[in-house]
Amino acid sequence: MSLGPRARALWVVWFVVLVGSLYAMVRLNRAATGTVATNNRFGFTLVESAKQLGVDFVHQGPTFDRKLDHIMPQVAAMGAAVAVADFDRDGWPDFYVTNSADGSLNRLYRNQGDGTFKDVAGDLGVADVNRAGTGVSMGAVWGDYDNDGFEDLFVYKYGRPELFHNDAGRGFTAVSEKAGLPAWVNANTAVWLDYDRDGKLDLFLPGYWSEDIDLSRLQTTKIMPESFEYAENGGRKYLFHNLGGGAFEEVSQKLGISSRRWTLAAAAADLSGSGFPDLFLANDYGVPQLYLNKDGKQFVESGRDSGVARTPKSGMNASFGDVFNDGRLSIYKTNISEPGVLVQANDLWVPKKGSAGGTPQYDDLASSLGVDLGGWSWGAQFGDLNNDGTLDLYLTNGYVSAGERSSYWYDFAVIAVGHSAIIGDAANWPPMKGRSLSGYQRKRVWLNDGLGRFTDVAQVVGVTDTYDGRAVALADLSNRGVLDVIAANQRGPLLIYRNTVQPGRHWIELALDGSSGNRSAIGARVEVQWNGRTQVQEVSGGNGFSSQNDRRLHYGLGSATKIDRIVIRWPSGRTQTIENPAIDRILAVKEPA
Amino acid sequence: MNRYYPPLLITGILISAHLSFGILEGYSRTGTAILVAILAELVMGRLTYGRWPHPASAYITGISVGILVRSPFLWAYALCALVSIATKYVFRYRDRHVWNPSNFGVSALLLLAPASASVLSIQWGNVIWPMVIIWILGAVIVWRAGRAHISATYVASFLLLSLVSSTVTGNTWLATVAPITGPMYQLFIFFMVTDPKTTVRSKTGQCVVVFFVALVEMILRLNEIVYAPFYALFLVGPPALLIDEWLRSKPGDVRSVRLQADLRLSEQD
Repeated sequence: MSLGPRARALWVVWFVVLVGSLYAMVRLNRAATGTVATNNRFGFTLVESAKQLGVDFVHQGPTFDRKLDHIMPQVAAMGAAVAVADFDRDGWPDFYVTNSADGSLNRLYRNQGDGTFKDVAGDLGVADVNRAGTGVSMGAVWGDYDNDGFEDLFVYKYGRPELFHNDAGRGFTAVSEKAGLPAWVNANTAVWLDYDRDGKLDLFLPGYWSEDIDLSRLQTTKIMPESFEYAENGGRKYLFHNLGGGAFEEVSQKLGISSRRWTLAAAAADLSGSGFPDLFLANDYGVPQLYLNKDGKQFVESGRDSGVARTPKSGMNASFGDVFNDGRLSIYKTNISEPGVLVQANDLWVPKKGSAGGTPQYDDLASSLGVDLGGWSWGAQFGDLNNDGTLDLYLTNGYVSAGERSSYWYDFAVIAVGHSAIIGDAANWPPMKGRSLSGYQRKRVWLNDGLGRFTDVAQVVGVTDTYDGRAVALADLSNRGVLDVIAANQRGPLLIYRNTVQPGRHWIELALDGSSGNRSAIGARVEVQWNGRTQVQEVSGGNGFSSQNDRRLHYGLGSATKIDRIVIRWPSGRTQTIENPAIDRILAVKEPA
Repeated sequence: MNRYYPPLLITGILISAHLSFGILEGYSRTGTAILVAILAELVMGRLTYGRWPHPASAYITGISVGILVRSPFLWAYALCALVSIATKYVFRYRDRHVWNPSNFGVSALLLLAPASASVLSIQWGNVIWPMVIIWILGAVIVWRAGRAHISATYVASFLLLSLVSSTVTGNTWLATVAPITGPMYQLFIFFMVTDPKTTVRSKTGQCVVVFFVALVEMILRLNEIVYAPFYALFLVGPPALLIDEWLRSKPGDVRSVRLQADLRLSEQD
């Protein structure tokens, strides 16, 4: 059938439209992968320096029941964790890292103040926590639960949780039994918070696997999530109310927390402006949850109402940052993105202006800001890495790095879509046979330009590793006014990226000490105002993925030479204002009596 | 068959699934796909044929794109919908479009923009009833449309070929058939392989073609290609259609007479 001239012309037009659309797909796809810097004009470099600092830790992964042998790399894929605290109050940040093989030893690296670290875990009694039959470590968080001025240590495991009392920095005493902790919890996160503002730190411990499963001794292979995105057969959530005297009472049900989602990360901050810490849970195989704290008496799950829980994904990180310097804490949740297979994209939930005071309302701006695609993303932390006055974002990623030329993704995608009767039974999962699953991924160091765009500068500032990253913690390890990065890798070496910021960029750090509230000042909200800018941060009792930053708060100030004021809202509710503090120093602040 | 049944069914599926399980990335994205598809159809149809086309077909294309595509980017939905509709006007043979529109659009998006988009590949909830409802409603629709044999042949072929695939890979049969228990396949079975404009005309031919779709899909799956069904239909559909048309155009073939009648009917769509 021959076409007339008009029809021919129209055909050409439609052909051009089609080809143009296909070309646009290619170009936009390229642009969507984000801006990657090709030269370092960003005012800082990160140099991996673990060995020079005396840190030679290599994480050993767990090995579970042989019934899981065929998929062991993916079920035994967590446990590398890091938590920072100055446990001996000598003014230098120390850190604790977990190991996860049966019989392996955790380490506590004491900062010797001379630029080196020494493992003192064995001497102080916090190394041998992976004994056969007690489960294996997944992470730890520091918090001074008895307000004696020394940070105590809680180790969460796939197994028996362990609480260690810090004996004035000279040793640790296991106090789990006295505290009344449960015999077995399979958790990948825990958070210290004072949910009722009674001045004593409480502990939130959400499970991942159901607590009746001992992964080393399985009775059945029907242990897997019942759905890839709608699973509610995970671990129960525990909220331990601190009764004082070293005793805790489990109150989760009483306060309205009854979820059985598969929680991988949790963090607490005052997101609703109530003055009480709310809880955000990043859940694997489902939607996240936002528990709003109602005056310390009740938690109300508001994920859907607030907008953060409309799309189920594979949540793996929970961290907060004031990315626009306007006093609003955004939530960063990481998920999975694998080109050509599964593009969940990470979420950056930014609260709408004026929505504080009730249920906050969020918009996901991850794509707009360019922090959405980060591979199989795990831990992420906000921090001003170049001291320019805006919060940057460090992201680690990578799931299982095995055979470099073989991928398990096809089989994973096939089983993930299966009905619960299929996906829920580990016996149905295709064997991995040494294949990788989103392995060897490059990390992201997203630099905030302060104008609503992040640029990935990882490769040019020196972050070039491709280990299977899990936890990230930020701390000024040498008290130089810059944030260093500690990255814990699954079955890989612990990396310490030592930061060097170009001269002329100013900073201030705040070391808070509570009095009527908890001594750790966890939950304190600090607003620094300078040069027309305002940046809010909160002291955290655990955030990111299996990690905890130093609880000293770090603020970059750019070229500004003075701070107008600092407003501290202590966990007790008391507000303190400091006018024109000196900059380029660590400011120790004691809560007024 | 009432041309409103399929749009109503797919809309019902979409709304119930989203209200129950939040399957959509957002209303704006699905809305964009539907809007772009309908607008493109209206503009291209009006200019090409001099009359306003019925929007039902474009609506199905748009909503299929809105359900199937998973992407954080609005442009992925818009371009996928636009490409889908444009193929209807560009790739034509004997006045029939060669590819199923959304099949082409989704395949193009997956191939050209893999970092930005993927396709719905999850369960809706943990229970079987959403699938049962879709199966029942879908079966009624394709049966009334006289195309139940296509869906049935495809499902039977998939299950049988899964035995072969399972034997080759060593994976359990349940793992191999897992994909067909998900919603992506229900849309594929009821709305893509049965597309009247892109299947051959005889019943036997349709069964043969859909078997080949399942066969090519199995081959692609053995090569670990995740979105095998889309690519299989993309590869098998057009040659089948062209062969069918060629056979029908042979002089003296009584089917060619029927072809002319079919074409006239097709013009009415």
